[in-house]
Amino acid sequence: MTESEVRLIDEKGLRVDGRRPDELRPITFKIGVLENANGSAYIEQGKCKIIAAVYGPHEVHPRHLSMPHRAVLRCRYHMAPFSVPDRRKSPAPTRREIELSKVIREALEPIIFTELYPRTAIDIFIEVLQADGGTRCAGLTVASLALADAGIPLRGLVAACAAGKVDGKIVLDLNDVEDKEGEADLPVAYIPALNKILLLQMDGILSASEFKEAINLALEGCKRIHSLQVEALRNRYISMEG
Amino acid sequence: MSVTPQRSVISRILMEDIKRLAEQGKRVDGRSFKEYRPINVITDYAKKADGSALVELGTTKVLVGVKIQVGTPFSDTPDKGILTVNAEFLPLASESFEPGPPNEDAISLARYVDRGLRESDALDFSSLVISPGEWVYMVMVDVYVLDHGGNLIDASTLAALSALATTKLPIYELTDNGVEKTDETRPLRLTHRPLSITFAVLGDNLLLDPNINEENAIGTLLSYTIFDNEHICACQKFGPNPLSLDMVLEGFETACEKYKTLLDLLYREAILNGE
Amino acid sequence: MTNRIVLPGDVVAEGRFRIGENVYRLGNKIIASRVGLARIEKGVVSVIALHSFYMPQKGDTVIGIIEDIGITNWSVDINSPYVAVLPATSIFKRNFDPVKHDLKSELDIGDVIIAEILQFDRTIDPILGFKSREHGKVKDGLVVEMTPSKIPRLIGRKASMLNMIQKKTGCKLFIGQNGRVLIHSQDKAMIDLVVKVIRRIEREAHVSGLTDRISKMLDEGMERRTK
Repeated sequence: MTESEVRLIDEKGLRVDGRRPDELRPITFKIGVLENANGSAYIEQGKCKIIAAVYGPHEVHPRHLSMPHRAVLRCRYHMAPFSVPDRRKSPAPTRREIELSKVIREALEPIIFTELYPRTAIDIFIEVLQADGGTRCAGLTVASLALADAGIPLRGLVAACAAGKVDGKIVLDLNDVEDKEGEADLPVAYIPALNKILLLQMDGILSASEFKEAINLALEGCKRIHSLQVEALRNRYISMEG
Repeated sequence: MSVTPQRSVISRILMEDIKRLAEQGKRVDGRSFKEYRPINVITDYAKKADGSALVELGTTKVLVGVKIQVGTPFSDTPDKGILTVNAEFLPLASESFEPGPPNEDAISLARYVDRGLRESDALDFSSLVISPGEWVYMVMVDVYVLDHGGNLIDASTLAALSALATTKLPIYELTDNGVEKTDETRPLRLTHRPLSITFAVLGDNLLLDPNINEENAIGTLLSYTIFDNEHICACQKFGPNPLSLDMVLEGFETACEKYKTLLDLLYREAILNGE
Repeated sequence: MTNRIVLPGDVVAEGRFRIGENVYRLGNKIIASRVGLARIEKGVVSVIALHSFYMPQKGDTVIGIIEDIGITNWSVDINSPYVAVLPATSIFKRNFDPVKHDLKSELDIGDVIIAEILQFDRTIDPILGFKSREHGKVKDGLVVEMTPSKIPRLIGRKASMLNMIQKKTGCKLFIGQNGRVLIHSQDKAMIDLVVKVIRRIEREAHVSGLTDRISKMLDEGMERRTK
């Protein structure tokens, strides 16, 4: 393995962007940002900028995609060509986008009351406008708000956050540099209402105890992000109701 | 766009049986929750490939072929070889597999197998360089699913590791106008041995190595790729069922135990050299 | 009485209650499934949703917009996840002959209708029919959409709110259960006032004293008009 010229944690224990190991990047939400979508929300998490839109429930065409006893979910995670420094040439979805669309959909399946809307589809679109690490987590977090904004009945809100290992230390909410140069990345999605994990992935190298530490830290991050979601939705309600 | 898949039709009776037995700690085929089905590994199966292995795991059959090519390295890793993993769910393997380019399931599987090999640095990519910045070895791993009997993940990683362990790397030489293949080969050096251990997630229970009925009835898998001594290099939940933290940590422990079982099998078959 | 704002996943109540709208039971807890105001009344726990959509119910009167023309029926947008069907026999009656009768001549895409939901269940799309004199094609008026769950507030107890609005502005309102309101008037300024009133009712549906505030708003609106 080549030596990493980048030191990701300095002598004071601070990371490349000045954060402590267990610190989240600054997060802001805006809810109801799109006119046409039934529900929408926008997140800025550090330098990530992601927008989510929800349409539905509505009838499905072609009909053979629909299910007789429940709504189907159609989920698209997509990165804008200008979201990363090397502009993407092909509009076709990458293998990564295909995989992430699937894991995000699977994270949302158990929390939406799909059985209330047979023969319909609920469409969830996540567009990454600017990427800086942790986009699948931020995308899932903001999609959850868009679903609530659309009035789709949910078992609860979903918050997602990654933990990882950087310069030998377990840290929370990796940015792009930390993800690329670090030793491990563990994205997790969590629903506080049910106390369940909905998305779990890991790549890198972790020992058994590091794995345990990282997953606990990620869950802690999810809980903090959930508080921010709650605050954003409440403020939205208050501003709308006068 | 990812769309909720149509469920395979599975008889309600079978589904009830699986659930009822699981409550008593049992499974329909008589195995315990932590037992693998019979495993058979045949290396050097596809003679035209540089390396190959056919794995039979219960009724699941997966063939992995390894082809070695040469090419230019990626600009950000000029001194490392290249690995690509592709998976094909052949239509002959299951009624639910349609002909066409790999769908999201095949892509997810390929990427998961890839992560296990890549993150553990199993192939010692620095040793796959012919001329830094110009010519490196490209290891193409093709996962061919021939018969879907459940748990394609473990069958695939086992076949991939076995194929790589027995691959004969054709040696290329630098010449004045590029590279030339010599007649010599050398074994591919494996610095680590990543293997996945996969469970079906049924409520609060983890069922190791689900067969096709269990997989169709339950719909969600949790996989850990373990290498060396209780280290993990990849982990993923496939499917919608939610997990509890305790279950995830317990699953890790069981995965580490079963990793040893799988390694022992590969030593016995002389696919890997015991330590 | 100000009720508590709840979000999906929030515990609204615990213990022996009956389940109302927009909540679900998990063990001993009753949990909100939509953003809205918690309400516990007569042993029933529910949430008045900020935003919900119209689910068709047999017997409801709805305001629909023709969205497609078939051979034996029209497809009607009723502001719901489900597209409704208006059979050709609703207009042509039993003598309907697809060869002779041209559906488009009676109702074209974009036309507005008032109809009743005759049938709806989980296996078929809602079927509409014209059952009363008020039903049929709408010749003029403005269609406005509002959150279906707030419709009762627009009507008011014993239609008090609705009558007040109609009396003060001279507009005639027709209210569809599907969250659509039809406003008739020759006076455009009055229609605009009614739309503003509807938006305000939507925003302040849960706050007490609404009827008085709307009454004041209408009076002020009329005053500004005469100036």
